[in-house]
Amino acid sequence: MILLAVLLILTAGALLACPLEKLRAGSSRTLAIAVQLVAMLLLCGYFPHLEPASFTASAWPQQLFWDEIRQPWIPRFGISFHLAIDGLGFLMLVLTLATGLFGLAISGGQIQHRVGFFHCNYLLAIAGVVGVFTALDLFLFFFFWEVMLIPMLLLIAIWGYENRTYAAIKFFIFTQASSLLMLAAMVALAYFHFRQSGTITFALEDLTGNRLSGGLQFWIMLGFFLAFTVKLPAVPLHPWLPDAHTQAPTAASILLAAVLLKTGAYGLLRFALPLFPEASHSFAPIAMAVGAASIIYGALMAFSQQDVKRLVAYSSVSHMGFVLLGIYTFNTLAIQGAVMQMLAHGISSAALFGIVGKLQQRLHTRNMAEMGGLWAAFPRLGAVAMFFTMAAVGLPGLGNFVGEFLVLAGTFTAQPAFTAVAALGLVGAALYGLRMIQQVFFGSLHDDDIAAADIRRNNLALFATAALILLWIGLYPQPVLNQVRPWVDGIVQQPAATATATAEAP
Amino acid sequence: MLTLWIPLFPLLGFLLLGSFPLWNSREPDEKVTVVIGVGSVALAALATAILCVQFYSQDGIALQQPLWQWLYFSTGSAEIRFQFGLHFDALSAVMACIITGVGVLIHLYAAGYMHGDGSYRRFFAYLNLFVFSMLVLVLADNLVLLYLGWEGVGLCSYLLIGFWYRNPDNGLAARKAFVITRIGDTAMLVGLILLLREFGTLEIGQLLEMSRSPAADPAAMTLASLLLLGGAVGKSAQVPLQTWLPDAMAGPTPVSALIHAATMVTAGVYLIARCHDLFLRSDLAMIAIASIGTLTLLLAGISALVQTDLKRILAYSTISQLGYMFLGLGAGAFSAAIFHLMTHAFFKALLFLAAGSVILSLHHEQDVRLMGGLRKKLPLAFFAFAAGCAALAALPFTSGYFSKDLLLLQSWENFDGANPFWAGGIVGALITGMYSFRLLYLVFFGPAGRASQQCKPVRSRAMAPPLLLLGLLALFGGAIPLHLEDIFGAPAEYAAPHWIEWLAIAMPLLGIGLWYAFHRTSQRAQEITESQSGLRRWLQQGWGFDRLYELLFVLPLQTLSHLNRRDLFDGIFRLIGALCLQLNLWLSRAQSGLLRSYIGVIAAGIVAVLLIAYLALRLASGVAA
Amino acid sequence: MNGLAQIPLAHGLVLAAILFCIGLAGLLVRRNVLFMLMSLEICTNASALAFVVAGAHHGSVHGQVMFLFIITLAAAEAAIALALVLQLYRHKHSVDIDQLNAMRG
Repeated sequence: MILLAVLLILTAGALLACPLEKLRAGSSRTLAIAVQLVAMLLLCGYFPHLEPASFTASAWPQQLFWDEIRQPWIPRFGISFHLAIDGLGFLMLVLTLATGLFGLAISGGQIQHRVGFFHCNYLLAIAGVVGVFTALDLFLFFFFWEVMLIPMLLLIAIWGYENRTYAAIKFFIFTQASSLLMLAAMVALAYFHFRQSGTITFALEDLTGNRLSGGLQFWIMLGFFLAFTVKLPAVPLHPWLPDAHTQAPTAASILLAAVLLKTGAYGLLRFALPLFPEASHSFAPIAMAVGAASIIYGALMAFSQQDVKRLVAYSSVSHMGFVLLGIYTFNTLAIQGAVMQMLAHGISSAALFGIVGKLQQRLHTRNMAEMGGLWAAFPRLGAVAMFFTMAAVGLPGLGNFVGEFLVLAGTFTAQPAFTAVAALGLVGAALYGLRMIQQVFFGSLHDDDIAAADIRRNNLALFATAALILLWIGLYPQPVLNQVRPWVDGIVQQPAATATATAEAP
Repeated sequence: MLTLWIPLFPLLGFLLLGSFPLWNSREPDEKVTVVIGVGSVALAALATAILCVQFYSQDGIALQQPLWQWLYFSTGSAEIRFQFGLHFDALSAVMACIITGVGVLIHLYAAGYMHGDGSYRRFFAYLNLFVFSMLVLVLADNLVLLYLGWEGVGLCSYLLIGFWYRNPDNGLAARKAFVITRIGDTAMLVGLILLLREFGTLEIGQLLEMSRSPAADPAAMTLASLLLLGGAVGKSAQVPLQTWLPDAMAGPTPVSALIHAATMVTAGVYLIARCHDLFLRSDLAMIAIASIGTLTLLLAGISALVQTDLKRILAYSTISQLGYMFLGLGAGAFSAAIFHLMTHAFFKALLFLAAGSVILSLHHEQDVRLMGGLRKKLPLAFFAFAAGCAALAALPFTSGYFSKDLLLLQSWENFDGANPFWAGGIVGALITGMYSFRLLYLVFFGPAGRASQQCKPVRSRAMAPPLLLLGLLALFGGAIPLHLEDIFGAPAEYAAPHWIEWLAIAMPLLGIGLWYAFHRTSQRAQEITESQSGLRRWLQQGWGFDRLYELLFVLPLQTLSHLNRRDLFDGIFRLIGALCLQLNLWLSRAQSGLLRSYIGVIAAGIVAVLLIAYLALRLASGVAA
Repeated sequence: MNGLAQIPLAHGLVLAAILFCIGLAGLLVRRNVLFMLMSLEICTNASALAFVVAGAHHGSVHGQVMFLFIITLAAAEAAIALALVLQLYRHKHSVDIDQLNAMRG
């Protein structure tokens, strides 16, 4: 019930935003923040479930979930309205709502026209993401996947910066093309499952028992893989990201970086790996190579940027490369590291985009050549930027280090060569991170009278909260990792389970 | 419990000083900053002293302070546990005493040196954070916690080298330091992961115990040792990762004294000493350590002879002395290396602080060629320099003498007689004598240079006591007992012939004499030593390493990133888009708007369809028939 | 009674085809709208002829019925087409079909 309540309240908030804004200016922002706070509070209802359940192979994936809603939707095709939450989903939901709140709160006063519609789109995008993270029916998942796309498109196209139409269309085409592949794959999966078992269904737990032949499984998996790696994004399917991030308004950038990128990784963990274990195993070296290439290429591209927001966008590509690398290692350490990296990167990139947004608000430029010596003008902003840049660089004691360390440790047992390549990404991160700090905050001021003021205390408090959370999960990551443990164990041990299942089946 | 307070005091100092702007828009009074900044390190020093007394009176049993469990995995067959805690034994005691003891003296000096600086509070905040990180590094009982401190000191080094951020050169030097040490840190991280895979734990005690057992895989341990050595080489500025340290002199002088002489650069030496059991299992690693140490001490020593910047002479000297410590480590003389670490901390910090006094007095002039004859005008600095240079050159009965002598002796011993490492060390002693005396002479003796004539002695109540104390330590600190046998085992009885010792004593004196003779007698020699020949310039720039790295790494990276700045994958997708647009342009020519062409195309199409249908029917009936 | 049936079906259809092609050629070649309409009439009549001949060949009356339909339709279509020609002349002051190329893309 809580899940449905969260979805409904977000949708209701979205619908009310426009009318409320007409009644009173500025009320839609308050409404959006209030709605998200209420949703967070509702999620706290899951706290009693936070101890991980004990794991048995045969019970996976059915008995894993804390809470489920299941209603038949289109019985003709076996499509049901099936929402469920477990540790992994809970972490993702918390990340979504928290960064959604952060994004709105940190970008106050930036949106001046069509404010009500902006918040409507914002809340709809978040609602779509909540659906993505909780849907267990493939069709429903696809439905929410599309739902989260359209409001995001509007956010970029209407309230973005100078090149927003190009960026929005590029974002749309990339995501849609890959989603169509996923739709085709999904329908094919349901069809072949129907051929084999006689029942037509789109439910995850039924489809995980599929026994497709090797070649067929590979192609269907590829459809899913491509859709998720475009969202991740992985080189070479990443070009939508820099433009979309750079042209989007601050709140949309934060949502994009912190949440939407994680839907790709979540999809891999929740759908691609459990549905196609053999194909994923045989495809793993390629996927890991793509991940390692993303790390290096993202770092290289970030180093060469002049636009500071684009630099942060490419650093996201680099960090998500670690996630892809970790997921396809099929190793408890690495996958948990990947999840940790998802969380930590969500927080740190949200903060970084917030910082860049503040810079752009004050200087009306994103070009680093026109910045310099800003520590003297904005010491608080500088200190905050230094902290989160060091997080992105992988300083131990912060969440990003835990993620990267676990991914590297896990990958080392499987493929030592990839570990060495990925470790080079750490040096690359130092290069572009320090370059950004150097060009923006150090050196001498270009013109000595900057009219803008340093960030105010409430914004500083927001950044400080994010910093404390990052510090917390960096120094004490065990409780977070425990939540995803059951699902990760299932993925890692699954081929053994299906092998015994096939052996026992008549 | 007390162990926890040692790093906690500086951390509190950092938090207080760092968060000050949150509740107060004006900078605090300098006195407040001094009380918090220097006081926290002083309290840490006090705690260390008390703990040392406790420790030594309890028969030297190591003290453990468990902190918290960071991570725990059980993967069916094996379990991996990361339990963080603090560990206080003789080695930690020595390191902690150096960090807090020399640290508090340097903090006190800095209170006077940085007087009047606009970012006074920020300086002490960073310094406190540094002391905290360094203490975590030496007190950690788990290699991951050590790595936390390791990166922490790297961060603080970056912040402090680039402290005067308005000058972009400082920022570049800071970035260079961070990136080069990061390369070493990455190698170390891979080494840690290798160790994790081999032994299933990174807890130092368990790790060392397991590496002592014969069941451990020697190839894995060699590889892990070499990777950890990579990290140590980066942090301790050994060849080939030594190029950052001379540039790091761009930071304020107390920073150079604390970080780049006494503490951070010794982290590599500490790491190898702490994991000595692991390294001892691999002959290749030990030879590598000794070779790197010998090579570095010679390279850096020769470079120090031709430097003209006061702080750069000291920087190269630091690299050279660290080379000595590596030489000792590679020879298995761990106690001697740590002993030299301690005496080096004393005299090098002393030299840097005294250099700071000289620089301040000469209005930030750092070129030694413009100095000279300062011994009457700056008597305290002269005493400090003399004591420091004497210890540096290892003149008899100074602290440096005891430690260097022990090192050379043990390197002879452990390699069974004459060996290239010992020989390098002896030659190095000669060179050390030469450059240390050169330093002393050029600054304090001879005719007064242009800068010396405008000398205005700086008198500061904060700066004098540390100089005096460190001077005394540099001269008499060799008598401090370290009790490191519990950790490294008792040293073997010396069976070396006596002439070894006499040679070690004679070398620095010979060096001093040689340089003085050179300088005094030959005019041409003076021209040689002061000319700007190509060879001299190459040596001065650190044997061309900077240029080599620029050609090998920096230029290719910059070219590559510049060529690809529009992202070639983006180009591919933009090409697809352009192709579609072009196709649109071509195809829309068919839409001429002329009715007649439409009719013609329809007619032709109908004819074609009918033809195809007819042929298909013929084919089908032909096949069927 | 069988006089017309003695002409082979093929001949009639070939005549219709030739007439159709003449009409089509005229449609494609002429630029004057009125002449295009006349060619269109020829096409229509050719297809009507094909219906009559086929009806005669099968001995059924449907061919004649279709012929009546077609003539009716042709007359209606000619009326509308001529109205459009009048409109074209009023707007463009010419009856050249190539003047109507505004739907170019």
